[in-house]
Amino acid sequence: MPKITLTVNGRAVSTEVEGRTLLVELLRENLRLTGTHVGCDTSQCGCCVVHVNGKAVKACTMLALQAEGARVVTIEGLAPDGAPLHPMQEAFRQNHGLQCGFCTPGMIMTAIDLVNREGNDLDDSTIREGLEGNLCRCTGYQNIVKSIAAGARAMKGKKRPAAA
Amino acid sequence: MYNFNYHRPKDLAAAAALLQANENAKLMAGGQTLIPTLKQRLASPSDLIDLSDVDGLSGIERKGKHVQIGAMVTHAEVAASAVVRRAIPSLAELAEGIGDPAVRHRGTIGGSVANNDPAADYPAAVLALGASIFTNKREISADDFFKGLFETALEPDEIVTSVCFPVPVKAAYMKFPNPASRYALAGVFVAKRAKDVRVAVTGAGESGVFRVPAMERALDKKFAAKSIESIKVGEEGLVSDLHAQADYRAHLIGVMARRAVEAALKAT
Ligand SMILES: Cc1cc2nc3c(=O)[nH]c(=O)nc-3n(C[C@H](O)[C@H](O)[C@H](O)COP(=O)(O)OP(=O)(O)OC[C@H]3O[C@@H](n4cnc5c(N)ncnc54)[C@H](O)[C@@H]3O)c2cc1C
Ligand code: FES
Ligand code: FES
Repeated sequence: MPKITLTVNGRAVSTEVEGRTLLVELLRENLRLTGTHVGCDTSQCGCCVVHVNGKAVKACTMLALQAEGARVVTIEGLAPDGAPLHPMQEAFRQNHGLQCGFCTPGMIMTAIDLVNREGNDLDDSTIREGLEGNLCRCTGYQNIVKSIAAGARAMKGKKRPAAA
Repeated sequence: MYNFNYHRPKDLAAAAALLQANENAKLMAGGQTLIPTLKQRLASPSDLIDLSDVDGLSGIERKGKHVQIGAMVTHAEVAASAVVRRAIPSLAELAEGIGDPAVRHRGTIGGSVANNDPAADYPAAVLALGASIFTNKREISADDFFKGLFETALEPDEIVTSVCFPVPVKAAYMKFPNPASRYALAGVFVAKRAKDVRVAVTGAGESGVFRVPAMERALDKKFAAKSIESIKVGEEGLVSDLHAQADYRAHLIGVMARRAVEAALKAT
């Protein structure tokens, strides 16, 4: 089987995968990082969003082998166990940005990517457009949008490179 | 998804050799179309040739009256490119409207034109602007490139290396997206070039992207939304499916074309 070497949440990983193994399968099944979810497996819902070399991608629509040599950050990489939550996570908690929580890891990884691209002052329409590829079946989005605006402001000045 | 052998060649010659050696091999660019296709088992290549490391397929460059975009340039890179924003802002806006941010981070212009999805956005820009598609073998003009549903002039062992767009006088793209998939139900790219006007429609045609000569002639005389107000696009050859009937798509083409002309006029 082909071998792959990459960094996941700051940790070097070296393992064997099949050609067809998806990045999300590598993360969830080989590495047991089950915070990254699979909602649709058809590239629609965004529950599987992780950062690859600093950019949001759908981990169900990328082969593990395409991440050879890459720096991957998952929701687990935002705040180590026991440490304070990442400002975006904290904003979701404060603003009731989740109900069942299934979509939340993807929402948060997408939101941080949005802040990285668009800055800390995000209006509602920028946030809603940024969430084009993320579905939530519970909240009706209002509080997600509120959470992201608050989280973006809270990230100001705290250049905390996600799990570097 | 069936398994396959995975290759990651470093140059075009090696990629082409792999394609020639394996009859059922397939190229992969961003994988944003191909991976979903593999999952549905609509394709089952024996070998997958990842173009990520192939030299010479990246970068955006202004070359006199043209903008050349490497095949592996992502939609996000085109959307954010200062060169494209300055020379052909409508193209940057088109790229920004493809799918969602995660798809734009991986999907590429080469993959999009090679795939020629009848609802994809880039084919409208390529055809309306009169771009050229460069491959490892030759240069193909937009008029000769798109051959129907998911069909192009590419030979089985041909690799798109870049797309070269002439800079227009004015241009704009208007897309009426399917609210669920974000693909175009009808998208119209209008380009006023130095010597003529071209209008290309995506999302609506049964055999993919097409031009609307009647609108082109009218806009050539006078580049104004009013010029095409009375031009009706026939329903024949338009898609009818659960998302929209042909008559509705025909109507949308008129509306999107007029809006595109207005946007092009405003942009300059
Ligand atoms: C959720 C979602 C929403 C989307 N929405 C839109 C949308 O609104 N508008 C739109 O236009 N598209 C949309 N897309 C498609 C997206 O733009 C794809 O990125 C694009 O169609 C294919 O590009 P790719 O780089 O991912 O190609 P791949 O999926 O890697 O390849 C596609 C095909 O092209 C071939 N190919 C790739 N590169 C080359 C090359 N250099 N030379 C020859 N052949 C090549 C491959 O063999 C394959 O057959 C969407 C996709 C998803 C998943
Ligand atoms: S699981 Fe990847 S987009 Fe839904
Ligand atoms: S909180 Fe349940 S899907 Fe979003």
